[in-house]
Amino acid sequence: MSAPSHAPESAEQPEAAAAQAPGGRGDADNRSLRQIAWQRLRKDKVAMVSGVVVVLLILAAVFAPLLVKWFGHPPTQFHQDLIEPNTHLPYADPDNTEAVDGALVPPVDKWGGMSGDHLLGLEPKTGRDLFSRILYGAQISLLVAFLSTVLCVVLGTLLGIIAGYKGGWVDTVISRAMDVFLAFPLMLFAIALVGVIPSGFLGLEGNGLRIGVIVFIIGFFNWPYIARIVRGQTLSLREREFVEAARSLGAGNRHILFKEILPNLITPILVYSTLLIPTNILFEAALSFLGVGINPPTPSWGKMLSEAVDYYSSAPYFIIIPGLAIFVTVLAFNLFGDGLRDAFDPRTSD
Amino acid sequence: MRKRTLGFVALGAAASIFLSACGGGDSTEGGSADQGAFNQGATEVVNPSDKTGGTLRYAISSDFDSTDPGDTYYGFSWNFSRYYARTLLAFTPAPAEASTELTTDLAAALPEPNEDFTEWTVQIQEGLKYEDGSEITAQDIKYGIARSNYNGGELPNGPRYFESHLKQETFNVYEVEDPLETFTAIETPDDHTLVFHLKKSFSEFPYILTQPQTTPVPVDADRGALYKENVLSSGPYKFNGKYEPGVKLDLVRNEHWDAATDPIRPALPDEITVELGVDQNEIDQRLINGEIDVDLSGIGVGPAMKSQLVTDEDAQANLDNPFSGALRYVNIHTPVIEDASCRQAIMYAADRDSLHRAWGGESGGDIATNLLPPTISGSNPESDLYPSTDNKGDLEAAQAKLEECGEDEGFSTNIAVREGRENDVATAEALQESLKRVGIELEIKTFPAEDFFAQYAGSQDYVRENDIGLSVSGWIPDWATGYGFASKITDGDAIQATGNYNMAELDDPEVNELWDQALATEDPDERADLYGQIDTLVMEQAAIMPVVFDRAMFYRSDELTNVYYTSSYAMYDFMALGVDRG
Repeated sequence: MSAPSHAPESAEQPEAAAAQAPGGRGDADNRSLRQIAWQRLRKDKVAMVSGVVVVLLILAAVFAPLLVKWFGHPPTQFHQDLIEPNTHLPYADPDNTEAVDGALVPPVDKWGGMSGDHLLGLEPKTGRDLFSRILYGAQISLLVAFLSTVLCVVLGTLLGIIAGYKGGWVDTVISRAMDVFLAFPLMLFAIALVGVIPSGFLGLEGNGLRIGVIVFIIGFFNWPYIARIVRGQTLSLREREFVEAARSLGAGNRHILFKEILPNLITPILVYSTLLIPTNILFEAALSFLGVGINPPTPSWGKMLSEAVDYYSSAPYFIIIPGLAIFVTVLAFNLFGDGLRDAFDPRTSD
Repeated sequence: MRKRTLGFVALGAAASIFLSACGGGDSTEGGSADQGAFNQGATEVVNPSDKTGGTLRYAISSDFDSTDPGDTYYGFSWNFSRYYARTLLAFTPAPAEASTELTTDLAAALPEPNEDFTEWTVQIQEGLKYEDGSEITAQDIKYGIARSNYNGGELPNGPRYFESHLKQETFNVYEVEDPLETFTAIETPDDHTLVFHLKKSFSEFPYILTQPQTTPVPVDADRGALYKENVLSSGPYKFNGKYEPGVKLDLVRNEHWDAATDPIRPALPDEITVELGVDQNEIDQRLINGEIDVDLSGIGVGPAMKSQLVTDEDAQANLDNPFSGALRYVNIHTPVIEDASCRQAIMYAADRDSLHRAWGGESGGDIATNLLPPTISGSNPESDLYPSTDNKGDLEAAQAKLEECGEDEGFSTNIAVREGRENDVATAEALQESLKRVGIELEIKTFPAEDFFAQYAGSQDYVRENDIGLSVSGWIPDWATGYGFASKITDGDAIQATGNYNMAELDDPEVNELWDQALATEDPDERADLYGQIDTLVMEQAAIMPVVFDRAMFYRSDELTNVYYTSSYAMYDFMALGVDRG
């Protein structure tokens, strides 16, 4: 799994960032960088649309129980009375379930049983409502992606900033550690680890534990991508005047790191996090697809895809729906991340 | 009893002669009849031929539990291991129920019992050879039985019929100085005679001698758990290179095998290949494209292909949908759910119709309400201790049972299923939904299929430590009698620390007593009656929830010859198969 490498160049960023730093007096333009970025972002239609999609997705995931209550059925509820048992597919007409014209089985619905009652149709065999399974699947996908991204960012920022600021042997040790982690066969390790964890660990069990493990694996092994960027930024920031000034006034290392340098790193971290989320969504989907995600019957997009493989020829709708969900989510996050980066990049003209 | 057994032997021999005569007749006039018809392979030989040569290609989505004949308990593995591992006795190579009659393999004749069926003597043929040309002796068979039953857990998968029936103090072949000396329950007066001494009467003992554990293994060749990498062949084929778990197993002809000594293996193909760990959809698609010949698992095509095939008029002639005699069921683990009323509540609350649909409806099998499959004498498929309208479950009765066991609000536990077994997972999900109705909450846990019995649901410690109250499994009769079907899954003596198949750990004195009684009973009809009583008791104890007596949907390739379904293994008889690519 490779991470996007198009984070802001370290050389330009501090100039703009200096404008908002404590010593940023004498700026000709009174607008802060964030105000400039926001104005640019608002003009970027693609970014705005994908931003709206992202917000809607998050809202849909958070309010999934409500939406399902209004528009669907509980995600684990069976509707086997609507399913033809031999083909496992929804009846074309649930009220008329006799085979006709010498056919071997009664007619089944090409569109997977989509109706006002079941907006996205029914899962084969069990007849579970796809609409609610997609929504609940979004909860898992987004939860895992957000939590693991937070873990990445916290670890990466902390280690990156220390490496960049301290230099010397500390930098060497952390940088080599990054190389080791980047060389790690993450997917294989994840599959192995999910297979061997005991059923209860650190007070977690069941799906809580599974989610915890997946978050840990993604977060713990992806931090070097963000640490490298933070380290590079810190390297140049630590030589700047406002840091020198703070140091000459007798500020401690901790103050300089977290009060002087860190605020200048918020922008690249924010941009990078937005781009990390879709990667993590895909990673979670891949794990679930391979059967090492969460336990049934909890829906997850990856698992829905892998179940759909059984019906790729007879019920293609079943593979398209979770596929589309993943596609739209990843695309929206990526486009929004790109827009955010452009907006913060001082090289792009106003 | 003795007379009766002789009669049985004679009938078996007559049946096999009659059937082989039929087979011969078919093959001479065959040729035009190579297409077959729907379900034809379930009852007769399709595409009979004696054409040799070619490569017979198998594939499977999972893997062998082990290729070591002393360490395996999967039906397909017992069927397949006969290619390289000859056993004392064998099942008659004939379609359907006729295949349950016994015949000889290594043995020269069927075994002779003493007066009270506690001592059995069997002669093996002379001049039998391993793949390295050395001679197969009675001592090697004795050692094969010793290592597979007395190994201190080194070979955990196989059944323990010999251990529970032989008059033998337990020991460990890998720890004692001289295993053959220590193992006194089997005598070998000369190189070609075996005398088995049993603890008590066991009239069905010859059936056990068909099992892969009676494969000869020389003491020097045994490498413990590593023996599966390259088993010393006694059959018509030998390993070509090592068995690579999860990847492949290739067999080539064993030149030292003599067809004249072998009544059950025509050994038609020159080579046999097995691809392991192939996706089920890929297997099915390649099966229909003619790129592989047989799905090794013997459980039929996957749900995707099945749903396609049931609507496909043209494919009907290539399909067999036999009633396999296997039972799919849910174990209710008695050490975890200790109160019988709580277990009965589960039986009442289960929506059997929903479980049946999870197995694929009509073509997937018949709803089971008792333990013994209808093909076994003593079975009463009409009996139903937990009846409900339309099989949808009786929630009021379930609630009453819950109150009886002091869990008015229901309780929660875990259900173990094998990863990648779609129907097992669907069964667990359907059960989870139906038990929810009375407040019994299940959490589904998936485990790798190949370690399911050895490490997870079949491990006493694991089940207790992780609160695994239920597990989904299936059972193919080891042989087609009540004892052969149900003793391993219901007899208290069969419980093992790991590799346990009596997963409910039912240790009911009454059931155990009935099993003992059955084995000392001469008359098969009386035995059948006892088996029926055991069935009822197990259902009363609610240790096993029967789900379906399943039917498999097999795709029978046009290029396969001598295809027929054998009830002994509940799949095609692998030994008979040949290929004709003409």
